Amino acid sequence: MNGGIIHLYNEPRIISSACVVGNEEHIGPLGDLFDGYSSDPRFGMKTWESAESEMQRRAFLYALKKGSVKCEDISAVFAGDLQNQCVASTYGLLPYNAPYIGLYGACSTLAEGLVLSSMLIDSKKLCTVAVSASSHFCAAERQFRFPLEYGSQRPPTAQRTVTAAGTFILSQSGADIRICDVLIGRICDSGISDISNMGAAMAPAAADTLCRYFAQSQKRPSDFDLILTGDLGYEGIKILKDLCFAKGLDLSGNLNDCGLLIYSASEQDVHAGGSGCGCSAAVMSGYIMKRLKDKTLKNILLMCTGAMMSPTSLLQGQSIPSIAHLVHIRG
Amino acid sequence: MEILWKYAAPFIFGGFLCVIAQIFIDKTRLTPARILVSYVVTGVFLSAIGVFEPLIDIFGFGAKTPLLGFGYILAKGTREAIDNYGAMGIVTGGIGGAAFGIGAAIIFGYVFALLFKGKSK
Amino acid sequence: MNKENYKKYVSMRAEKSPVFKNCLFAFLIGGAICSFSQLLCDLYVLLGIPNDAASILVSVTLIFIAGLLTGIGTFDKIAKVGGAGTLVPITGFANAVVSPAIDNKAEGFVLGLGSKMFIIAGPVLVYGTVASAIYGVFYYFWGGAFSL
Repeated sequence: MNGGIIHLYNEPRIISSACVVGNEEHIGPLGDLFDGYSSDPRFGMKTWESAESEMQRRAFLYALKKGSVKCEDISAVFAGDLQNQCVASTYGLLPYNAPYIGLYGACSTLAEGLVLSSMLIDSKKLCTVAVSASSHFCAAERQFRFPLEYGSQRPPTAQRTVTAAGTFILSQSGADIRICDVLIGRICDSGISDISNMGAAMAPAAADTLCRYFAQSQKRPSDFDLILTGDLGYEGIKILKDLCFAKGLDLSGNLNDCGLLIYSASEQDVHAGGSGCGCSAAVMSGYIMKRLKDKTLKNILLMCTGAMMSPTSLLQGQSIPSIAHLVHIRG
Repeated sequence: MEILWKYAAPFIFGGFLCVIAQIFIDKTRLTPARILVSYVVTGVFLSAIGVFEPLIDIFGFGAKTPLLGFGYILAKGTREAIDNYGAMGIVTGGIGGAAFGIGAAIIFGYVFALLFKGKSK
Repeated sequence: MNKENYKKYVSMRAEKSPVFKNCLFAFLIGGAICSFSQLLCDLYVLLGIPNDAASILVSVTLIFIAGLLTGIGTFDKIAKVGGAGTLVPITGFANAVVSPAIDNKAEGFVLGLGSKMFIIAGPVLVYGTVASAIYGVFYYFWGGAFSL
């Protein structure tokens, strides 16, 4: 069926995960949970772009170590980021010589990678797979907004791109945390063209995916311990609640967003919360995976949302299409 | 009293021009580049119809320092160049008048770019 | 909900920028920059520089200061509070030239620093020059006849 839930009967496992973050994320509420951070926003590199690659390299290395997996055992890496042509992933993973597939799903990259890799593991085409995603505040500012030193004010609905990279290692067996089913998102165009309100641009895609999931699975939101969106932010998450409520889906109990979890709204100047591929990667890896391991979370939905625009499409007046992929994870 | 007004006048008018721009930014989400462009073009227009010079007489740097003043300099340069060199001035006047601003921006921009490195926020 | 209705709903519920607070700071900081210009000018005149030259020197000084503050990473912090107060005076123009120059140095001195320097401020020069040329045409053929 077109747009149907894909059940993974062999339930691929997430055997390890690791993430590396920047300073602003380190001083945030989840700061102590991340595997690595650098107070130098360039991570010892010359440019912001290489800094992002370096984060990906470190996160990949940490994830291998934590899962006691050798690099030679990785049958494929699915990785993506926000830079043009996904170069952060390419350069970051270059030293490892692993079979590599570059992804572009904007901020939905983590879920996109988990969807693809878990299906391939489930069908026994691949054995052990790594999924990586990253974003860097400075590289994203340069690409999508203004030079870093340019003086400008951000409206309250703007989000801050998270500086982080996360890697997940999936395999056919070897851990309790497993992916039960996935739902591939559809491209939605809500007509929003304001880059300072990405939450509003992405919320309709999230609502579309969630409503399809609950309609087809016959489940209710209360069946899950947590429904976690990627980076809708304060604005987007409220819109998602409204949109779902209008369709008879009450999310008020257990909905949360990685963009809200990663920063402290009262103490950090981040406006509507975090965004970027690294946002969901860091929160999932650092915080949610730990809670799945210690069984304080057992049954969750992860839904990463992506805003699929380019600087060119924005200048040409196109609205921002968005997408949301869903992954059902059990602990 | 006179000395107070000398500094208060630029403050009031310069501040007023900034407030107008701020309202446009907050209410219409106009990008800063568009604001700057409209201010310069408005400055040229106001100078052309002869409204701007009286404003400078009253408010001094309150009118000159905001980008409207940059437009005024472009228009003034054009007018003077045409008076001195004829039709050639249509082409050379504007840039000629604003040469100090453009030159300073390029030269300082170059030097500071050599000296400093980008910083994260 | 169709696109038009969704847009309306989004803009209705979006948290608004604190316009009053922003305007207040824009007024104070923008005003202060203009008063400071007057003060600088008086200082230059006091040093024996003729009026016209002093006025030009004031602009050059402001561009220098704004460029320096951009370089040491202070300008964007002031601009975050001041908003249009730092954007509209010539300081905003200087910041718009210096910040991409610094930012794009990584892509090389010619194709990075050199070519990206006017990526934000370029339109100001383009439209300012075109507007002044249009004015020039009027002025050349009709003199000051159309001014008020």
